[in-house]
Amino acid sequence: MTVSKKIFLIKSVIHVIALGLLISQYYLAIGDQLGGDPVKAIIHFTGIGAFNLLLITLTVTPIAQRFKLGYLMQVRRLLGLYAFTYASCHLLSFIAFDLQFEWQLIIKEILERPYITIGMLAFLWLVPMAVTSIGVIKRKMKSRWQKLHYGNYIIVTLVAIHFYWSVKSELIEPGLYIVITFVLLWLRKDRIHKIFTK
Amino acid sequence: MLIKSSKKSQLQEHQVTDEKIYQQRRTLLKSLGFVGASSLLAPVKANAAVDWFGDEKQTAKLRSLAFEKATPGLDKLTPEQKVISHNNFYEFGAQKNQPAELSQSFNVNPWQLTISGEVEKPLTLDYDDLFKRFTLEERIYRLRCVETWSMVIPWIGFSLASLIKQAQPNSKAKYVAFETLYDPKQMSGQSNRRLGGGIDYPYKEGLRLDEAMNELSFLSVGLYGKTLPPQNGAPIRLVVPWKYGFKSIKSIVSIKLTDQMPPTTWNILAPHEYGFYANVNPTVAHPRWSQARERRITSGGLFAQNRIDTQMYNGYGEEVAHMYKGMDLNKYY
Repeated sequence: MTVSKKIFLIKSVIHVIALGLLISQYYLAIGDQLGGDPVKAIIHFTGIGAFNLLLITLTVTPIAQRFKLGYLMQVRRLLGLYAFTYASCHLLSFIAFDLQFEWQLIIKEILERPYITIGMLAFLWLVPMAVTSIGVIKRKMKSRWQKLHYGNYIIVTLVAIHFYWSVKSELIEPGLYIVITFVLLWLRKDRIHKIFTK
Repeated sequence: MLIKSSKKSQLQEHQVTDEKIYQQRRTLLKSLGFVGASSLLAPVKANAAVDWFGDEKQTAKLRSLAFEKATPGLDKLTPEQKVISHNNFYEFGAQKNQPAELSQSFNVNPWQLTISGEVEKPLTLDYDDLFKRFTLEERIYRLRCVETWSMVIPWIGFSLASLIKQAQPNSKAKYVAFETLYDPKQMSGQSNRRLGGGIDYPYKEGLRLDEAMNELSFLSVGLYGKTLPPQNGAPIRLVVPWKYGFKSIKSIVSIKLTDQMPPTTWNILAPHEYGFYANVNPTVAHPRWSQARERRITSGGLFAQNRIDTQMYNGYGEEVAHMYKGMDLNKYY
């Protein structure tokens, strides 16, 4: 199989899984088939989905390096954009279905609840990353592009805290996510050290 | 109206048939297009994965109860299917759908509920006593969860006061401490930290004696005309409708009258978030979210959600507000 065929195949799988799950979960939620509280269910699904996608995105580079599969690097953009899509759905579902466009309350919650503030910050950082994933813009930005996209390390840390902070008492799952996040960042400790000392 | 039931065995048989017919009727109605678009899809099932493979779900056997019916209020009832599939009962898993999935083989007969402590006449009720000692009545109560969702549920049971009175509290009795069954073999959340959400078992709750004796405080042994399903706290649970849901402790084995304020599970776990009183109060926010509004769980999907103002004492101020006169509700949340 040629490299371009492999990439096409991997990308197709990503599309089918990420888009398929998103559409089917919304379909079930709209039809009231997602448990007792479809709103909470869809917010949790899109939130954890965005986090999973961010972590998968961060797993690509170490795998590509370890197994000398350079072409894998090309799927990072698609994964990142799906992470952004899920995060957008997460935020929109919170605003539309949970708080139901009560803007005063929405603003109050974002400002006053630390875990929501942190989640919002992570999302706001994702926006320029998504926009600059367009090829033309990326080329124009030159080295500044990479700097902006190193922001992913901060985003994923914020998201881990956001998740840990949002649960009532069941800390094992968010704890596990924090460990995974830490490991993925630890694999890049030299690069991160460079970014912060330059 | 008093509906008398005949023999237990007969009713179990009848119950099974009845549900089958009910499901067939639903299917028929659906295929004919008689029901609205929002309910066209099958009723919510607790375990979607199982349904996909067409397996019959094993559910706990429930039986019909004889009780005095309540006069319906203005609130629209939460559909039974939602009441029994969306549960916070960490003993059977911390996810909302887990209790319905993991509790169906929970055996509640035999059962022992003891009333002890600062009382003249300690009592022990066995399984049959729970249903026979008192005349059962239906009460339709709003249930407000601290997580900002709410339901309207037709409970069946008897007042907590009537039970406590029989035990005759002595002059030292100031508080009432409740405890859930501790049985890690049956309750997988108690033996598995990941399932059980990391809380210490057995689950404990408490009320001040005057709160316990309030006419609203209710011991429920059933809902929607039948005995409680395990996931809703079978065979007997507390319902204190003016307090957040976690106060309404499930599957109770011990009621103990004490002279000291008893420790309570969520208060031990996160004292700055969950107080002993936990009265529903829209003006005192949870440290991590507002309590001003709530989402009422009725039927309908994402676009049919009902967001409403949360009422002080969950709308039961007339019956309970006098108990908290002069108390700083910001301090005693």
